[in-house]
Amino acid sequence: MPKDTGIGAAVPRTEDRRFTTGKGRYTDDFTVVGLHHAVFVRSPHAHARVTGIDKSAAEAAPGVVAVYDGKQLVGDGVGNLICGWAVSSKDGTPMKMGAWSALATDTVRYVGDAVAVVIAETKAQARDAAEMVEVEYEELPVVVDATDALKPGAPQIHPEAEGNLIYDWEIGDAAATDGAIANAAKVVEIELVNNRLAPNAMEPRAAMAVYDAGTDHLTLHTTSQNPHVARLVLSAFYQIAPEHKLRVIAPDVGGGFGSKIYIYPEEIVCLWAARKAGVPVKWTADRTEAFITDAHGRDHVSKAQLAFDSNNRITGLKVNTVANLGAYMSLFSSCVPTYLYATLLSGQYVIPNIYCDVKAVYTNTVPVDAYRGAGRPEACYLIERLMEKAAKELGVDPGELRRQNFITQFPYQTPVIMTYDIGDFSQTLDAARAAADVAGFAQRKAASEAKGRKRGLGYSCYIEACGIAPSAAVGSLGAGVGLWESAEVRVNPVGSIEVLTGSHSHGQGHETTFAQVVSDRFDLPMDNIKIVHGDTDSVQFGMGTYGSRSGAVGMSAIVKALDKVEAKVKKIAAHVLEASEADIVIEGGAVKVQGTDKQMAWHEVGLAAYTAHNLPEGMEPGLKEGAFYDPTNFTFPAGCYICEVEVDPDTGVVTVENFTAADDFGQVINPLIVEGQVHGGIAQGIGQAMLEHAVYDESGQPLSGSYMDYTMPRADDLPSFKVSTHETFCPGNPLGIKGCGEAGAIGSPPALVNAVLDALSGMGVKHLDMPLTPRRVWEAINAAN
Amino acid sequence: MSKKPVQFRLNGAERAVFVEGGQNLLDTIRRGLGDTSPKWGCGQGTCGACTVLIDGQPHLACLTLAEAVEGREISTNAGLGANGLHPLQQAFMDHFAAQCGFCTSGMLMAAKALLDRNPNPTRDEVIEAISGNICRCTGYEPIIDAILDAAKRRAA
Amino acid sequence: MYSFDYVKPSSLQDALDAISGGGQPLGGGQTLIPTLKQRLAMPEALVDLTGIAELKGVSMSGDKLSVGGATRHADVAASAEVKAKIPALAALAGQIGDPQVRNRGTIGGSIANNDPAACYPSAVLALGATVRTDKREIAADDYFQGLFTTALEEGEVVVGVDFPVPEKAAYQKFVQPASRFALTGVFVAKFAGGVRVAVTGASQDGVFRWSEAEAALSSNFSADAVPAAPVADGMIGDIHGTPEYRAHLVQVMTKRAVAAAG
Repeated sequence: MPKDTGIGAAVPRTEDRRFTTGKGRYTDDFTVVGLHHAVFVRSPHAHARVTGIDKSAAEAAPGVVAVYDGKQLVGDGVGNLICGWAVSSKDGTPMKMGAWSALATDTVRYVGDAVAVVIAETKAQARDAAEMVEVEYEELPVVVDATDALKPGAPQIHPEAEGNLIYDWEIGDAAATDGAIANAAKVVEIELVNNRLAPNAMEPRAAMAVYDAGTDHLTLHTTSQNPHVARLVLSAFYQIAPEHKLRVIAPDVGGGFGSKIYIYPEEIVCLWAARKAGVPVKWTADRTEAFITDAHGRDHVSKAQLAFDSNNRITGLKVNTVANLGAYMSLFSSCVPTYLYATLLSGQYVIPNIYCDVKAVYTNTVPVDAYRGAGRPEACYLIERLMEKAAKELGVDPGELRRQNFITQFPYQTPVIMTYDIGDFSQTLDAARAAADVAGFAQRKAASEAKGRKRGLGYSCYIEACGIAPSAAVGSLGAGVGLWESAEVRVNPVGSIEVLTGSHSHGQGHETTFAQVVSDRFDLPMDNIKIVHGDTDSVQFGMGTYGSRSGAVGMSAIVKALDKVEAKVKKIAAHVLEASEADIVIEGGAVKVQGTDKQMAWHEVGLAAYTAHNLPEGMEPGLKEGAFYDPTNFTFPAGCYICEVEVDPDTGVVTVENFTAADDFGQVINPLIVEGQVHGGIAQGIGQAMLEHAVYDESGQPLSGSYMDYTMPRADDLPSFKVSTHETFCPGNPLGIKGCGEAGAIGSPPALVNAVLDALSGMGVKHLDMPLTPRRVWEAINAAN
Repeated sequence: MSKKPVQFRLNGAERAVFVEGGQNLLDTIRRGLGDTSPKWGCGQGTCGACTVLIDGQPHLACLTLAEAVEGREISTNAGLGANGLHPLQQAFMDHFAAQCGFCTSGMLMAAKALLDRNPNPTRDEVIEAISGNICRCTGYEPIIDAILDAAKRRAA
Repeated sequence: MYSFDYVKPSSLQDALDAISGGGQPLGGGQTLIPTLKQRLAMPEALVDLTGIAELKGVSMSGDKLSVGGATRHADVAASAEVKAKIPALAALAGQIGDPQVRNRGTIGGSIANNDPAACYPSAVLALGATVRTDKREIAADDYFQGLFTTALEEGEVVVGVDFPVPEKAAYQKFVQPASRFALTGVFVAKFAGGVRVAVTGASQDGVFRWSEAEAALSSNFSADAVPAAPVADGMIGDIHGTPEYRAHLVQVMTKRAVAAAG
């Protein structure tokens, strides 16, 4: 039975006391005595050779202590940026990775590429001096579109990647899939773009590096989703300092959405410069800098064919995708359009034959990497657009066509690596249809028509893979790291509990949900439990938070550690109370012998463990246990989203009238935190579908480099959402959790686009690419007429 | 660089600081006075994270010259709960209206300005009042609910 | 931001003295401050006009509604006088930007800047207002001279704007979704002597009068009378709208403005 602070309870968030009172502490809120400020000199050109850098005027400017360039960085042995996942082409050759120095040495490859850094006493002085650094550029031809970059004669961006092709990767059985298409009763075809997005965490990235010459030790405060991974990479690959001489602290972090997974040039340079210049150095991105340096998301162009037999059962899916990875390969860029994308192309459906070919391409744009969903939204968008199109072309109900093809037997092995462990797709479809009042749609549509508006309804039945990830499995696929998680549970002598976790919270509320798991296990109040995270000096190790992994993987590690603590508690209590371990129960703040009145208060067990006056023979003192948890499989959150829109055909304006989500996340720890994740995810998905687009002109200049041109969803852009959860418990981890962080962003874009296409089907509009801005919708209506 | 003295009240306390020509109020509050509750989200007047009240009205501190607030009353979220939690702060907690917390202070100040002016706003008036404040985490609904709830509680 | 001096005079004369000494007038600063932060302008001094009582407020002067140059958008939006005499003007002011912007931005600052996507220029032009400066009075038809260009001379300050009161008027704004400026905004004003239609956000030359629509609406003030969309030539093309789309919106927003004016 759930306790009021246990698993399943809507416990108010522990972190909100500081957030709602303005006492959150983010990287830019920290300072140290003698702090200096870094400002980067960035390329205004998308592609150019750097033929000279004159730093003399900047060096002489007021307040400036140093101006450094790429040659000095390389000269000091700072390594090039790495990509942590090796993907090979279909011919077996390894991916062709171009060199990326944190400060460019001879060539710049996107607008914003850092060329030099100025360190000065104030930020204003550093900015003034940065403008005095004279960089001579010899401009080179530019390509920003991935399909253009593959054309013969396209500008060559890296010497290592001929024709800008990083890899030409494949998955699945090409011959069998071609056969299915050849023998199909119906083949539905689509060609679509998954639009490029800027992540836009509200806290801009920042780094503050302090070097202690007395101990030869560096400390970095930074906006990171995974401080231990940052320390590892900074140490092992960039030679900043060995791990024991580098502390990385990710304090309160104002949103990540993937963009704060990576170790960017700025963190590397701040650390290097702090030691070299002998002063503490802080850098905080301004918003335009964020637009031109934070790793972007998505940017796929795909063609696909979906084959059906005469009974409307799917027989095959063939996909060709070109993925734009930008000017350099970011830390996990290679796995996003491959193992995080094509392995989900089966969707919720039995598809006997699948083949997907992915070409990853360099362009003169900001590097592209994981952004909320990372590959899975692109897969979901493709398959769900195809299903809706198929329903239209086959003349059947889009919900029923999906149901007819749902996977119903689990475990289910797809033709693209994944083994789905459990799910009930009809359940979420039915729940969403009921909540969305699909039955009443025709009436609402008629009402819209009466006022000159077009109304449409669209589905999306998504599945994703979370709980990233079984280490051996991802290792065999090219990952450079294991994706387990670690935890340590420390029961103090007074009975309070500290949980040290390698997960990192940047909005997810771990300090609450993780504590609920402990509260549930030991029946203790939340106030007795503290979650410690985000500091490599406090926490043993961790792989961080992304890919909706903190519940399924991070909490599982905590559960394993709790198991060990519980076992020791019972041993101690059994010994002290002279009872059998099997009779010991923990409840109501006490450790009791079942069926008797013998008991110890919870804190007495802690005290007993630390005084060690009366422990079982051979038992070590103390009450602290650690665990590493390596997942056995991915988890598979799934659900059904239904979007209802109204379109003003005179202007092309789309209004979201209703948005319904029915999700299966497995075990829910805190329903209101889960609901918040779904809401936020859907907001970002609606943003992608209707509003957001990171756009470059042909010369590689960003056209959406501020909130004046990049449309962020605002309060008046979004409807109320109807959300619900329907659990099938994940069999793969101890709590049955699947993960909920990305579903909203994954499932919602196709639902919205399908709804708009449904609304406009009577006007002859057959295709639209995101974002569905008024202009695009109006143009499509115009073109169809 | 010459510095000039500026005096104003911050959350009820008289404060005097020296500022550089052109220095904005946000930097002055955060760095000069150590109140880091208003956040630097864009610096271009487009995200609302730096929203503070000047004589009770919401303003973007990043676009306000420090010298322009001479003699005025500035309120930030750090001063909102001086006597225990403000009803808005409590409502934000109750409705899970914060996730990463970065936009929260600005959002609260925009909401406070609304409720001070209009104690019983409609949902649309709440939406309008926070339309200049971007939140990337919540999808806004819990924030809107929290503000409406705070209004109801203050009325009760 | 480069360092500069800041003065906040309390009289127009002091302000003019400071401006003639090389200072740049500052209204609400919602455009100028970001420009300075990006170092796209480097004045020696800023002369804040918002402390000058004679530049602030709304009043009737004769048969015209007079709005002081340093009057904030929020004050125009909330003014009982404006709501009573020209409700469309109050509504326009209430749709500019967001609450924070409206608490600082001023009408004088807006029309001195003459951003091609700003709302106010359409009202000033459609209502045939008179722009009063420290030196002279300028008819709206002479005042707006193209993108970010006005009849103002160096150092000339907008003291106020005098709006004739129309029989009916309405403003319809199609927002640029990111900036919340006007992608296309149309202000329609019906006077005894005829109808004036001013369009902002659409043209590369800034705010303009749509004479075909004025002619048609002067003889028949109904949405059906609005002529076909103007030619797209000369309209703004950017990521938010092509020239063709903006030209189309001019027609749609004009129809809606006429309908809204009743």
